[in-house]
Order: sequence, then C-alpha cells, then structure tokens
Amino acid sequence: MTLTVERGGRVVEQHTGRARPRRPRDPYALFLLPGVLAFCAVVVVPFLMNTGVSFTEWQGVGSPTWSGLANYRELLDDDEFWASFRHSLFMVVAMAAVPTAIGLVLAAALFDFVGKHFGSRTAAVLRACFYLPQVLPIAVAGIVWSWILAPEGGSLNELLKAAGLGSWQQDWLGDPDLALYSVMGVMVWVQIGFPLVVFMAGLQRVDPQLYEAAELDGAGWWRRFWHITLPQIRPETYVVLLWCTIAALKVFGAVYVLTKGGPGGATNVPSYFSFTTFFEKTQVGYGATISTVLTVIILVLALIGLKLQTRAEDAEDGVRT
Amino acid sequence: MTAVRRYPVLLALCVGALFMVLPFAIVAVNAVKSPAEYSANGPLSLPDGLYLDGLQSFWERVDFGQKLVNSVLISGSVAVLAVVLSVLNAYAIGIGRIKGRTWVLAFFVLANMLPQEALVYPVYFLSKQAGLYDTRLSVIIVFTVIQAAFGTYLLSAVLGRFPREIIEAARIDGANAWQVLWRIVVPVSRPTIGVLLVFFFIWTWNEFLLPLVMLVSNDNQTVSVALGVLQGQRLMDATMTNAAALLGVLPAIVFFLVFQRTLTRGIAVGAVK
Repeated sequence: MTLTVERGGRVVEQHTGRARPRRPRDPYALFLLPGVLAFCAVVVVPFLMNTGVSFTEWQGVGSPTWSGLANYRELLDDDEFWASFRHSLFMVVAMAAVPTAIGLVLAAALFDFVGKHFGSRTAAVLRACFYLPQVLPIAVAGIVWSWILAPEGGSLNELLKAAGLGSWQQDWLGDPDLALYSVMGVMVWVQIGFPLVVFMAGLQRVDPQLYEAAELDGAGWWRRFWHITLPQIRPETYVVLLWCTIAALKVFGAVYVLTKGGPGGATNVPSYFSFTTFFEKTQVGYGATISTVLTVIILVLALIGLKLQTRAEDAEDGVRT
Repeated sequence: MTAVRRYPVLLALCVGALFMVLPFAIVAVNAVKSPAEYSANGPLSLPDGLYLDGLQSFWERVDFGQKLVNSVLISGSVAVLAVVLSVLNAYAIGIGRIKGRTWVLAFFVLANMLPQEALVYPVYFLSKQAGLYDTRLSVIIVFTVIQAAFGTYLLSAVLGRFPREIIEAARIDGANAWQVLWRIVVPVSRPTIGVLLVFFFIWTWNEFLLPLVMLVSNDNQTVSVALGVLQGQRLMDATMTNAAALLGVLPAIVFFLVFQRTLTRGIAVGAVK
C-alpha cells in the first residue's frame, strides 16, 4: 500500500520536477498522522476547551454559563493576580537573568581557565557539581531547601548561630518580606547548571585563534570575555534566556513545595494561583482565565524570542558566507 | 597567566561547586542520624554511626518501592513512546519535507511552550469522562505527547541535515519509506535518539503539576508527587524529612552518574538547534 503511493509520488516527481507539489498525495504525510491526532486530543482540544471555559462561570460540575469578558474584567481589578505577576518578574530575574549572567562567567572561567590550566577533567567535575541540581525533581529540591531554611533547627540558621551571627537568623520562608527572596535564591541554585552546560558546549566551537590573537594584543581575561566570548556565543545566550524566562513564568512545583504561595500570598505566582483557583476554590472559569492570560504572555514571548533567534542566525550566516 | 593568579580562581570555583553540592551532603548526613542524636547535636554535626531505621520506616510508611515502580513505569513508557512519536513526526518533516512543514513545526514548538496550567483542567475533566482519571496510563498518554513536541522539534532539525544520497540509494534498491525509516534513518540517528530517551525519562520523572492532579491514590503516585504531597502536608519531622529527601535525591544522582555524558552532550545539541 505504502509502496504504490510511494511509486506514484516518485513518478510524478520525475515528470514535474520540483516546481509542482507532488500530486497523488505526499507519501510522508501519513507518518505525521499519529502525531497530529495525538496532539489534537491531548493539546489542541484541551487548550481550546480551557480558552472557551475562560469566558464562562463554571464550578466544574453542571454546565458552564456564558459570561463573556466578565472574568477578564475581574482579573484586571484583582490585586492577587497583579501581585502574582509581579512575583513572576522576580522569578524571571532569579531563573533567567541571574543564572545566565553567572553561567556566562562560570562557563568562560571553567572553559578557558580551568580547562586550559588544570585539564578538562577538573573542568568536567566542577561542571557536574553545578549541573547536579538540574536533574533533581523540583519536589525533592523543595523538601531539601525547606528543611535547610526552616526557622527552628534549620541548617542555615544553625550555621549562622555557629558562626556567631545569631542575630542574622530568620524565618526564611515564613517572613512575608523575605520569603520571595528565599525562593528566588533556591531557584538560582536549581537553574544555574542549565546555562552553564549550554555555554560550555557553545564555547567549544569558538575559534581558539581569536583568543590567541587577543592575548598577543595584550587583552586581559575580562576584555577577551567581553569582546570575544560574549559575541561568539550570542545565539546560545538568546536560547538560554528564552527557555529560562518561559520556565520562570511556568514555575509551579517549587512554590507548591516551598511556600504554597504564602505567607499571605507573598510568593504566589500565576501558575500556582490558577492551580488553587481550579482545584481549591473550584472557580474553573476564573482559573481558566488566569491560565489563558499566562499562555498568551508566554506565546508572545516565545514568538519574539524565536524571531530574534532566527534573525541572529541569519546575521551570523551572512557574516560566514 | 601567572600561577599566583591561577589558584584563587580555581579556589573560588571549587567553593562555588561545594556550595552547590552542600545541600546534598547535609541531607545525606542527617538521614542516617537517629532522632535522639539529631535533637541532641542539631543538623550540622557528623553522624556517630549509621542509623538506617529512619530510612526504613519512611520507606515502609509511604510504600516507596511502589512509588519507584510507578515512576519507572511512567517515565520509561513515556520515553519510548515519545521517541517513537517524535521519530515519525520528524521523518515526515525533516526527510519527507512535506508541504507546510514550517507551519507544522511551528505548531509543535508552540505546543511545547504551552504552560501545562492551560491544559490541566480540561485534561483532568476529559480523563474523568473517559474513565482514565487516577490511572498511570493517563499520565503516560499526556506526557508522551508533550515530550514528543520537543522531540519533533529537535529531530526534525537533525534529520533535515540527513545525507540525502543514502536515502536515494536505498530507494533505488527498492526500499519503501517505511523501510528507509527503520533500517536507515533510525540506526543512523541513534545518538540523538539516545539523548532524547534519557531526557524524556528524566523530565517525566521530575514532572510535578499534571501527575499531582491526575494521580490521587497512593498506589499510582510517582516519587515526585508522593514526596511533594507529604511535604505540602507539613506532617514530617526532621528525621523523616531527611529520609524523604535522601530517597528522592538518590535516583536522581544515579541517573546523573549513569547518563552524565548523554545529558551534557544532549543539552548542547538541543541548544545549538
């Protein structure tokens, strides 16, 4: 069966060349069928349902009642919602900006400093240490850190006491003014390995002659970092920033395990907010509205990011050819 | 660079690396202390000896063996199925160059970026309707598709650079598209497929939101969900928390040691394309 379609395709292709699309039907389209069907069932249909529900009032049972844009209007006046998005921006700093910046410096230091002077094995071991938190389930990382940051008998407070800094002891996750920063600290720890590994891989394709030439010209480490390393791994930087920003906007598990959005909503983020609205308050319509807005923001960011990335790649290809 | 300046940098990096692994060390140290020893000496002292009763009682209390089986079953099935689905999609897009492939690919990329929050309620609702709620199968189906979105994106790029002469040669020898896929494309792409298998396995192992919503009964929960829920209830004492953390950390460290090369290579592949 496949064979006949296949042959038909080839014959037509020989006759008409590349200009015309193959006629009987694209034989390869069949291979896409299971994927497309599965996607419709698991992603497209639920997503459309969710968007539809966002225009209704619904408790999860019975049938939803149409309410038009009422949920969206309510959202605009909802302080809790705005607060959760403000916290999201903090998460972007902790999960995208800071890890990318630290990752760049670490990667450069590990690659052209430790790697060159102490051997690539040393660099690989150090890289592994930084990457380790990335493979840890976020739920487990949350358990580890909420115990370390515990106010009574937590390791951090014990450590401060042992160091004679008892007055610095804090209720790290229970103090509304502090909790968000504590969560941010944990997220930096979780996230840092990803940019590091990507950047170290990216540095491998940078021409070593560039560095040698700069070194001969008397450029110090920071200047080489600034003028060679950064421009050379710009494509990787775009990708990492985009991925990490999206991950930051989606952050859920860490908040669930560390603080449950508390204390008093001080660490609430949109994904956790929509989760509680769905499953604890059972205001399904409103929960759907929150997640729809979150989706729109993420997709817009993703499109901008992809656009920037292709433009950067095109520019790069232009230079190369 | 002079040797005088070399060592401070190395030292700083080592201190940084130490800080990254310190939490694991603290957990390991405290998981083998008895409650009495813990309350007497606090979390920072070294253990007097190995006290494994805490780990054992935690294991039995949460039926950790069952959780491990669930996690392995779900992650393993997802890894294999998602790779198969990705290969099929990518074959059509990367090698078949079907019409409108840019749009199809963009569709998969965007699907991959969609936050799970926008799917979770309908998936929960629909799986209840279909009688799949609180089954491991439901989670396997959902993650197969979600992971395959990334796999399709990555593999399509890799297969797009596949040497076409090999395929043409096989065609002339009379192989059909199906045979070309399984006898030529898949064996040649084995390194990328290996990376995807490892990634899908670990990502699914670590997933939290959807399994949390979908798997409510104890017998079906994964390691991540079981530990997360326990932590959320705030019912664990210090020894138990440490036992939980250690048992949660260990599989991750095992994967890490086993797959380290694949992981780092894979992230590089993923980021460059």
